[in-house]
This record gives sequence, structure tokens and C-alpha cells, in this order.
Amino acid sequence: MSFTLPALPFAIDALEPFISARTLEFHHGKHHQAYVTNLNNLIVGTEFENADLETIIKKAEGGIFNNGAQVFNHTFYFEQFSATPATEPSGALKAAIENTFGTLDAFKEAFNKAAATQFGSGWAWLVQDAVGKLSIVQTSNAGCPVRDNLTPLLTCDVWEHAYYLDKQNLRPAYVADFWKVMDWKTIEGRF
Amino acid sequence: MAFVLKQLPYAFNALEPYIDAQTMEIHHDKHHAAYTNNLNAALQGTASEGQPIEEILANISAQPVVIRNNGGGFYNHNLFWEIMAPGGAKQPEGDLKKVIDASFGSYQNFKEAFTKAALTRFGSGWAWLVKQGDSLVISSTPNQDNPLMDLAEVKGVPVLGVDVWEHAYYLKYQNRRPDYVEAFYNVVNWDEVTRRFKG
Repeated sequence: MSFTLPALPFAIDALEPFISARTLEFHHGKHHQAYVTNLNNLIVGTEFENADLETIIKKAEGGIFNNGAQVFNHTFYFEQFSATPATEPSGALKAAIENTFGTLDAFKEAFNKAAATQFGSGWAWLVQDAVGKLSIVQTSNAGCPVRDNLTPLLTCDVWEHAYYLDKQNLRPAYVADFWKVMDWKTIEGRF
Repeated sequence: MAFVLKQLPYAFNALEPYIDAQTMEIHHDKHHAAYTNNLNAALQGTASEGQPIEEILANISAQPVVIRNNGGGFYNHNLFWEIMAPGGAKQPEGDLKKVIDASFGSYQNFKEAFTKAALTRFGSGWAWLVKQGDSLVISSTPNQDNPLMDLAEVKGVPVLGVDVWEHAYYLKYQNRRPDYVEAFYNVVNWDEVTRRFKG
């Protein structure tokens, strides 16, 4: 099957001043698009030609895995933002975060550390395992928790392309602003 | 003795228009400075404090990952600043040209293979021209690894390297890594590459 680039679920400038329109133009219009295009080209004539993204992420290697996982990771990343976000979790997700990390602030602190210390390109994730336990994991490059049978709930892209135009070397400043457009309603829907 | 962040051997804007001054300033003053400071902090009070960087890298598999990452970052950027210069020769000359021809067939073949290594390195990393005995090979490494490290797939002495972390080119070239790598050839300091090959 052929994959298509999902449209951003908000206007290109909706996340200003925290994530700029210029960053999103490249991040969605160039990087995410390139992963989609590369994946479609690479799967032709392979066992993955008619596979869904989950199968590709769980079974493929090399370029097909890299591009397939990056298609998933970026769609998952962009979907969690809103210009009018619910700024805190509520209900069962709030209870689960407090149960695991103590407080929302303690969770954010641990997540920020995971995002700051992922060396090189990669991602920080809040994930849920098969029995519902929450944890924070880091992946390098295209790494995706779906491959390890974990359910991702929330992610931060720490490839430099996610923040370099806006924040240059200041990755912690990017992660701090990332929370300001994080829509916890979307995260609750994934939980 | 702590490692010191050396000044760039030329002005921030010396490599314009191929590499812009803003990129050079942040790359040297922020990224390279951070690797240097983090390396010094990680080495403090350890048995490796005071060792030459080449010695630390040659035994990197015995070190914590923080020294691998920051020691590589410190060494690689030192090399990167020195193998670039404004107004140098367009192509290798003399003995180095002979070795490149012998190893790759021609400068053009070398360039194609080196560019391919730089463009196919997924994520952050480096492409290298590596001295192995009397000949040269091309490799690439992830993150801040390099060919001096005992854990590198291709080991040897790096004589030329191009940084393909996005921070090396994103302000000017954004997603266009191929344009950055093509521009890089205009500022290679082939005299320094030759010096490293002969050293």
C-alpha cells in the first residue's frame, strides 16, 4: 500500500511562538514528507509492499524500518499539539501519572531529563506496557516503542531539526516550550 | 590537565558563503564548548585524567558512555575546524593526490564515495576519510564516534571528516544535507589533510 502524508491537525502558525511556522514547514512539509516518499519507494517489490505501518515497525530493518518508524513517530508527534491545549491531564491518566511519578511536575522533570540526555538524534516517550504500567523511555534515531510492544502515549522529537531554527543548541528551552502546546486531551485519548 | 577549547583558526565568517558565520559561532562556541566542558567534568578524578585524547579514544570501550560521547565530540570538532580553511586548493595535490587516485581511482570517485557516506548516515554522525597504512578508505560513524575508537567498525587515523549532525548545517541548509556536503568541498583545507596523512 502507498502511504500519504497526513495534514497537520492545526494551522502552520498555530503553535507560535513556542514552535514556529518555519520549523513546522520544514519539519512536516520536508522531513515528514521525505520519510513518507522514501518509505513508498523502498517497499516496492518487498514483503512490506502491502504491509501496514505497525507491521513495518515491528518487522522491517534498515531503510524501510527507519522511514516507516519516522512516518509513525512524526504523525504521532504532530497530533498531540494544539493552539488551545488542555494543559494538564485529568481523570484516570492523571491518577496513573501521580501513581507512577508522584506528581505531574515530577513526571515532567523525569521526561525533560530523558529528552535532554538522549545523545544525538532520537525521541523521548511516555509509554504504557501490556499491564498498563507507565514508564519513560528514550529511543535513538527512528527508534519506536511499538517495536518493543509498548503503547506510546506522548513523545518529544529531539532530532535537532525539531528545534534548531527556533532554539539552536538550547534543547531544554525547546522541551520547556513543547509542554505549552501539549494537548493532554489527545494523550488521554491514547491512554 | 583539562582539555582546552581552541580558538577557531579563522574568523566565524571566513567560510562564507559555504558555511555561514552564525552556524560557525554556535557550532564552536556552544556545541564544541559543551563537549569540551562535559569531557573535562567526566574525566575529573578518574585514572584517565591527563591522558592524551588519542589514548582515551583508543581505549574508549572501557570508558563510560559520557566520555565516549564528549571525548569524540571534543576530538572530532578540533579536526573539523582544522581541515577547513578559506581559499584553499580546490583539490588534493602532490602525494595526497597520488594516494587518493591509488585508493579510489580518481578524485571524482573519492568525492562520490565520500558524499554517499555523508548522505546515507542516518541521524547524527560523521563521514570520514581514514588512513590505513599507506592507503585511504571512507567510513561513517554514528553520533560522535570516530575511527580512532577501538569500537569503530573501520579503524584508522581520520584525515578528513564532515560533520553531518543537523546542527552543522540546519540554519543555512535546513533539510538539504546534500547541498551542505557539496558546499563543504569548497572549504576543505587539503594542506592540512596532507599534513595529517603524512603525520
